[in-house]
Amino acid sequence: MPMFLPRFTIDQPSTLGEASRLLREYGEDGCVYAGGTELLLAMKKGGLRYGHLVDIKTVPGLDAVAQQDGAVRIGALATHMALERSSLVRSKLPIFAQVEARVANPRVRASGTLGGNLCFGEPHSDPATLLLCLEPTLRVTGADGSREVPLPVFMVGPYEVALEPGELLESVTVPLLGAHQRAAYRKFQLHEYPMLGLALVLDLDQRGAVTTSARVAIGSVSPTPRRSEAAEALLVGERGAVRGRLDEAANALADDADLLDDHEGSAEYKRHLIGVFLKQAFEEATADTSAASGGRGS
Amino acid sequence: MNGVAVEQEIEPQESLASFLRERLRLTGTKVSCDVQVCGACTVLVDGLPVSACTYLAYEARDRDVLTVEGLAPSDGELHPLQRAFLEDNAYQCGFCTSGMLLTAKSLLDTNPTATEEEIVEYMDGNLCRCTGYRPIVAAIKRVQGELA
Ligand SMILES: Cc1cc2nc3c(=O)[nH]c(=O)nc-3n(C[C@H](O)[C@H](O)[C@H](O)COP(=O)(O)OP(=O)(O)OC[C@H]3O[C@@H](n4cnc5c(N)ncnc54)[C@H](O)[C@@H]3O)c2cc1C
Ligand code: FES
Ligand code: FES
Repeated sequence: MPMFLPRFTIDQPSTLGEASRLLREYGEDGCVYAGGTELLLAMKKGGLRYGHLVDIKTVPGLDAVAQQDGAVRIGALATHMALERSSLVRSKLPIFAQVEARVANPRVRASGTLGGNLCFGEPHSDPATLLLCLEPTLRVTGADGSREVPLPVFMVGPYEVALEPGELLESVTVPLLGAHQRAAYRKFQLHEYPMLGLALVLDLDQRGAVTTSARVAIGSVSPTPRRSEAAEALLVGERGAVRGRLDEAANALADDADLLDDHEGSAEYKRHLIGVFLKQAFEEATADTSAASGGRGS
Repeated sequence: MNGVAVEQEIEPQESLASFLRERLRLTGTKVSCDVQVCGACTVLVDGLPVSACTYLAYEARDRDVLTVEGLAPSDGELHPLQRAFLEDNAYQCGFCTSGMLLTAKSLLDTNPTATEEEIVEYMDGNLCRCTGYRPIVAAIKRVQGELA
């Protein structure tokens, strides 16, 4: 049986300021409409109901992807497929392009945007999990101006983000990885969303034998994707020593994640998978330490 | 719409699938899961695949929409993918077929030399309950061979 969408109107603002004013005016009855891949589904299933969709795709330039100093600035409306195919992202942030290429299916990638992925607050987000380790800055714009928000502050809880009424996500600025940095991403997925995602970024010394600092995050198994300071501390040091502490680090990650038994698997199984993925990601990230560019992925 | 300009008034909440099937009577586009998972409703908008079941007809304004009805170059002549699907028996009930054809077209248009692994990964979002998928992959590879 086809499900039907309730009636709504669509506004076509030409600036972010106009979009913001419309959203303030509509209050609870209005919503940002980007690719619609989450929003329309939720409205069809009756979970969300809005009388007014504000289509921000009519605001020019919000999908731009450009290099900015030592970073890539990604407009909120850049689609997963555009990012997967962007020559800039592929050459400057290959790990990000690789992760984007494996989000959802091609149809969702062609319409779904990075901004929509982050603003929906879906705990099973691949980009959010990876980005936690890349430490981007989010630019949020409202009727009264713009502010910059770090990703961990933006992600408040499941399906909840730090946007005030009338505020929109404008762009995500992702610092480039340096020549001494390595990244890897692993995910396990049986259905439409990942069941576990694990991202790892290592800073290596000149010879590539010592980790001087580490960032590791897991997604899909906690209320929002998360990093673990305890696990990161265990990943710092000489390669052989770190290798010997990987089980301990995986347990620290799992401890910090509030694992649940659910239809996707038992907490024990998820803990086991975190251990397997952390080892794989570590080996991958340290495999080719002579190559000049960071960012390899699965 | 399949190369012909169409002018129609639509409701904002109307899906592209119901616009195609009910207003234009182009019933080659199928709706099955209705939640963007199965790919039966795949059509191409400006060359990119979308799930017509959960995509607003509104989005198609001023854009090129290709459905299975527009795939064959002329009456009596099939698209190479359609021919290959026939030769490899890449369908049984046929419900997934229009979506498979259009997804495969979008893949070959951007990555004509896709490896078998890339084909499987790209087609992964299109479900078939009949064929076991192997003939579908074979048909796509057959077309690659013809193009090479
Ligand atoms: C079948 C399916 C499979 C999926 N699989 C995966 C997967 O494997 N991995 C993964 O990470 N994700 C997955 N996703 C999620 C997918 O990435 C998102 O659906 C998509 O990126 C959302 O973007 P959108 O532009 O369609 O957002 P919309 O649906 O338009 O919006 C989503 C929400 O964000 C708000 N919003 C959107 N843009 C902005 C903005 N700029 N500012 C403020 N608010 C905004 C909207 O108001 C709405 O509440 C999947 C989704 C589907 C439907
Ligand atoms: S009917 Fe649209 S994806 Fe299944
Ligand atoms: S041929 Fe029957 S579903 Fe694919």
